[in-house]
Amino acid sequence: MKKGLSRRQFIKTAGAAAAAAGSTQIFAPAILRAQQQPIKIGHLVPLTGFLSPMGDYASKAGKLAVEEINASGGVLGRKIETIVDDETNPGVGVQKATKMIQQDKVDFLIGTVSSAVCLAVMEVADRYQKVFINTGSNSDDIRGKNCNYYTFSTEASNTQYVNAIGRYLLKSKSYKSFYILTSDYAFGHDLTRVTRRLLGELGGKEIGHDLVPTNTADYSSLILKLRNANPECIIVNIAGSDQTTFLKQYTEFGLKIDLAGGVTDTVLMWNAGKEAAQGVWTIIWWGELDNPWTKNFAGKYRAKYGLPPENQAWGDYTSLKALAQAVNQAGTTDSKKVVEAMEKIKFDGGKGRELYYRSWDHQLIQPMYVTSIKKTGNKDQWDIFNVIAEVPGKDENLEVIAPTKEQNPCNMKRA
Amino acid sequence: MDLTTLLQFFINGIVLGAIYVLLAIGLSIIFGMIGIVNLTHGILYMLGAYAAVSLTPYIGFFPNLIVAPLLVAAFGMAIEAAFLRRIYKGDPALGLLFTFGLAMFLEQMVRLIWGTLGIPFQIPAALRGALVMGPIIYSKYRYFIALCSVAVIGGLWWFLEKTRYGTIIRAGSRDPDMVRMLGISLKPVFTAVFGLGVALAAFSGVLASPLAGVEPAMGTNTGTFAFVVVVIGGLGSFWGSVISGLMVGEVESFCIFFWPPMADASKFALMILILLLRPRGLLGRRWERFE
Repeated sequence: MKKGLSRRQFIKTAGAAAAAAGSTQIFAPAILRAQQQPIKIGHLVPLTGFLSPMGDYASKAGKLAVEEINASGGVLGRKIETIVDDETNPGVGVQKATKMIQQDKVDFLIGTVSSAVCLAVMEVADRYQKVFINTGSNSDDIRGKNCNYYTFSTEASNTQYVNAIGRYLLKSKSYKSFYILTSDYAFGHDLTRVTRRLLGELGGKEIGHDLVPTNTADYSSLILKLRNANPECIIVNIAGSDQTTFLKQYTEFGLKIDLAGGVTDTVLMWNAGKEAAQGVWTIIWWGELDNPWTKNFAGKYRAKYGLPPENQAWGDYTSLKALAQAVNQAGTTDSKKVVEAMEKIKFDGGKGRELYYRSWDHQLIQPMYVTSIKKTGNKDQWDIFNVIAEVPGKDENLEVIAPTKEQNPCNMKRA
Repeated sequence: MDLTTLLQFFINGIVLGAIYVLLAIGLSIIFGMIGIVNLTHGILYMLGAYAAVSLTPYIGFFPNLIVAPLLVAAFGMAIEAAFLRRIYKGDPALGLLFTFGLAMFLEQMVRLIWGTLGIPFQIPAALRGALVMGPIIYSKYRYFIALCSVAVIGGLWWFLEKTRYGTIIRAGSRDPDMVRMLGISLKPVFTAVFGLGVALAAFSGVLASPLAGVEPAMGTNTGTFAFVVVVIGGLGSFWGSVISGLMVGEVESFCIFFWPPMADASKFALMILILLLRPRGLLGRRWERFE
């Protein structure tokens, strides 16, 4: 999947570049020449492995953002360009991020969906002092105990996700008994830790908990076990395509127990289809939200790629736009100055309210959406969610779902 | 754990096992006859699922149980005739390397053709929902899987044991030179056996397609599990694969009740245990050809 140049193309491009360089050398002063070089951004997306569906959306949305930014005059009068590469696992991610900084001389990094990769890449960003925006990794540690000065998170933290569904359940439902299913790796454990804190507040009783291996192909025995336990609500903290598999099989067995999930991705519900998808879930953004920003982005994306965007596309698109805004405001590509600008900018991210990165943990502060599955009156196969609540509500402070300073062990060293 | 629950988990173990059995028998007869450890098996299983998804809009779900395995088997036989055939005489490592490389190639091809996104695919309308029989409530579609498996396993046993072709296959896997001396050309037999093994993989893929997501990574784990089942049962042994597949299904089913995090690992634990007690697997016998 790596984009390579053929020898012929390389000679052509190199020739053209040499000619262009030659002509500018003759006709333009040196300072202009420097400005005409594009600002480079390394874009890490999962191109292979179980997160690759999200990577596809991320890279497409990134290209769209770059086109739009360049069409409107670029950043600091310069064009921007992204260098897209794979981040399948932490080793590869670190290697690619380092190569981007050392060889391709990128000014900034964005991307990652896997939390494990993100935790590794943010160390690289810190070491080389380059701004890095995490577009798709949820682990609390990224903006918690591992946080650093150069790393920002557009993706919401697990705490924001779980608190969103939690506040909804607290307000609208009165479940007394819960059963928790947890993916048996960092992401799931993280989610369940936050869920348990939440159950304490809800006054709900945890009547069962199971750790489930990732990539489980069959949940039938587990579903029989859930039926035996008969809780009022099942909290599904399993991730990725496992969520799709679980939902299909849960529906297959025809259980009537309500499901609630802290985190979902649009793609997972699309894959399950409206017949099998069910439950209430937190999602970071949804392409049918009723606001001009979303209509504009979804419309452009669909016109360019023929498919509607999903939440990962939103993450990478929004991050690039925010980065461009911050660099323009800083007036320089110097990462230290850009960090300060990132902490100050406020912007519309298609969520109806002004969004901003919190200065002490660099987390994007934003509302989340609690959705149910749209079973009837769907426009097409992509029309799968009903948004049933925006959390925090319009009248509440956005920070109420983000962890407080007491809850979040982030002590970043400022440069 | 009351009796009803026990029974439910037992039934579920059998159904889980049934798919393992189908996969493992395919792998096992290919190895038994040709001596190739087919690392593309999981990928061919996935191709079966993709074929089913692609053809269902035109021919409906059920004809796929026959059409998809035939298509994938034809593809497998073409590969056998074009490539595999050339390396039978060489180092056994060649077969491993070739099928390993082919698996990676095919998986990426699937990504290019069908995309990296999973494809939503539902259980056919006639078999949706659960069937209630007394205290036992169980998925209709899974009963269907069990029935299909029994039919195919029975048919296969009859074919291998009771027909002339079956006799040639069994004889050829034991002593190919003697079979050749009797004037029977084994070349087409090898191709047919490879096709049969592949068809079984694709058939399990079709059965599994509505249950889990149909996506490019679906074959990887499944292929590994098929190997575990074959190794437990004894390489090349028909009934070994049947018993072992059902055992693995039961162990997994009950493991999820008592200790879910161990569910995946339980298969491997069982394999280690069996290999310690019986190094050739449950019904594995000494094969002069391979030892």
